[in-house]
Amino acid sequence: MIKKQFAVIGMAAVLSQPVIAQEETQQGTSSEAKPGTGGEMRRPWQTQRPIITSNAFNPAVSLILYGTYSRFTKSYQEDIHGFAPAGDAHGATREGLSLQGSELVLSSNVDNKFYGSLILKLEDGKAQVEEAFFQTLGLPQGLTVKGGRFLSGIGYLNEQHPHFWDFVDIALPYRAMLGGNYGDDGVQLRWVAPTPLFVEFGAEALRGENFPASGAAKRGIGARSAFVNLGDDVGLSHSWRAGVARLEADAQGRMFEDHAHNEYSFTGKAPLNVANFVWKWAPLRNPAVTNFKFQAEYLQRDESGAYTFGSPVQDVRYGAKQSGWYAQAVYQFMPRWRVGARYDALKGAMPPVELAGTILDPEGHKPQRASVMLDFSNSAFSRLRVQFSHNQTAPKDANEIYLQYIMSLGAHGAHKF
Amino acid sequence: MVAMKKVYLQLLAALLLLFSTSAPAALRVFACEPEWGALATELGGPAVSVYTATTGLQDPHLVEARPSLIAQMRKADLVVCTGGDLEQGWLPLLFQQGGNSRVQPGGSGYFEAAAFVTLLEVPSRLDRAEGDVHAMGNPHLHLDPRNIALVAAGLAKRLAQVDGANAAQYQVRHDDFAKRWTQAIRRWEQQGASLKGIPIVTQHKSWSYLSHWLGLREIVTLEPKPGIPPSSAYLSQVLAELKQKPAKMVIRAAYQDPRPARWLAERAGIPAVELPFTVGGSDQAKDLFGLFDDTVARLLKAVQCAGMEECRGRQDAGGGQ
Repeated sequence: MIKKQFAVIGMAAVLSQPVIAQEETQQGTSSEAKPGTGGEMRRPWQTQRPIITSNAFNPAVSLILYGTYSRFTKSYQEDIHGFAPAGDAHGATREGLSLQGSELVLSSNVDNKFYGSLILKLEDGKAQVEEAFFQTLGLPQGLTVKGGRFLSGIGYLNEQHPHFWDFVDIALPYRAMLGGNYGDDGVQLRWVAPTPLFVEFGAEALRGENFPASGAAKRGIGARSAFVNLGDDVGLSHSWRAGVARLEADAQGRMFEDHAHNEYSFTGKAPLNVANFVWKWAPLRNPAVTNFKFQAEYLQRDESGAYTFGSPVQDVRYGAKQSGWYAQAVYQFMPRWRVGARYDALKGAMPPVELAGTILDPEGHKPQRASVMLDFSNSAFSRLRVQFSHNQTAPKDANEIYLQYIMSLGAHGAHKF
Repeated sequence: MVAMKKVYLQLLAALLLLFSTSAPAALRVFACEPEWGALATELGGPAVSVYTATTGLQDPHLVEARPSLIAQMRKADLVVCTGGDLEQGWLPLLFQQGGNSRVQPGGSGYFEAAAFVTLLEVPSRLDRAEGDVHAMGNPHLHLDPRNIALVAAGLAKRLAQVDGANAAQYQVRHDDFAKRWTQAIRRWEQQGASLKGIPIVTQHKSWSYLSHWLGLREIVTLEPKPGIPPSSAYLSQVLAELKQKPAKMVIRAAYQDPRPARWLAERAGIPAVELPFTVGGSDQAKDLFGLFDDTVARLLKAVQCAGMEECRGRQDAGGGQ
């Protein structure tokens, strides 16, 4: 308790520091810009500043439009055999012509101490808040606090929005065990070590409303996570990042429905461990002509609790150790053109006899998939992609073909490594 | 769980204490581009330790917020960048992820060169159909040495402000640099007098300040729109244009794909010149003086070459290959 108070006082002290620097800069420059050797280019820099209107302080706006045409063989099934469907996950896509998503991103520095961002996913009849958070810019000693709703910092793919994926759909372990990306309401604390090697520690407390958590257990702190990331360069052309993370999620009445509209509800613990590795190559750090990216992640979870289902209602103890991994490589072989290949696989676990024959029962099947893709980016703002997947997530194999467009309008979005 | 949290917090507190007590020996400067790294070294000397985020062979438009850059940003006392939106694809991420309150924009720890010069080519029409245009104007401002002088004056003041203990030293080093730089500009202008009015082809709009200073005439650009690589159809169109109004040479930065410039130079019978663009872009461009020495020398060599039959279509004339 005392520690907590101390932390609050410390934070308040940091935030109340006056901003003197800005004024100094402005005063300083009028004399610095005096004509020296500037030739005809000399002019006080103030003259070229735009006239400030209220609009000038609007947040940066970007709009991302993406859609697909997909064609599946008849045997295609959306379910992953042996895994509970992860609700309304944007991991899967619909057959035919369809809008995959439209995202509106608004972000800006709030003031000298805070940054804020809102990401809306627009769908027919609703706008879903994907992320809405503030982040500190002014904490000392490499600390950053993020608060609001955000994608958890666990793993590598988890923080990436769909428009940044290298394939049309997300890798199987993410779809099966995180319902696509795991985001929730909460707070995150990150600390970057003052070392030449990139070392980052993070911890999160989250509401626990979304899959794999559910029901906002523990009075609204139903999920907690911790992660460590390392990274560095190797020579002038290679760089890497590796990390491990753990998410402890409490599920309270986590529901899914099978094809016969029977409801199954899970209550228990869903701890998840993630290990990830990313390696990038760009000759002399110049990705313009050719570059290469390899990434792989391993996810493992150990659910334990009970399933409630059927009528009359049955309560069955449930415990399952499941895991999954993927590895993918993307190579830009000439300006604007990239090819990629991905393999992803899952390992289910036998459910108790009462649940035999349901979707939770892998029935000896090991879901796996192999995908290849080719994409073309006219500029940093537009991308067209074709992807082929051979899918064995259900006992019958299926083939999938996708055509996809991703268009980014507006502010130049910066993307993480 | 509670006990684990306690241990974690204590560990964190211990680490914080450890790092907050160690005082840095020299002012740590994080330079976005090599030209500002070189300038900080000129002005700071032994009082600064400079980390340069990009190399002379790297396209400053396409930089990734790599983990190593976040780690360097974390420790910086002063960040020196071009500004003018040049670094918008990566620098904001470093500010957000580096957890370094000393260098956030708006404070004294962030220095933007673009604030000290008048940017050329401020677009009158902002539309991405025009390519990846820079809304605030062309940010490749360092290739006019007179701009370097303006930025140097600003940077010297800022160094003195951030590191008051060494203020006098920065002043002395700046006075010395300014004197040598003024002389050097005079020398380059004399050497480059014959370049005035020469028609050239450029790869990207990264040479506007150099052209403006030396009086080169850029008649056509190999990129159809900024940031969009040329297709072979577009190159053929440029070639046809050059038949109407011939150019003396094609210039490109060391980091740019050499193929379009070579293709065109071969067919148009003019030299393709690789210029260092920034410090580290060639063996001769070891510092800011070397950068302009080498740039002027390569241009002069290409002009002489352009007149001679045996030079026609020669690859990367200008030496230093």
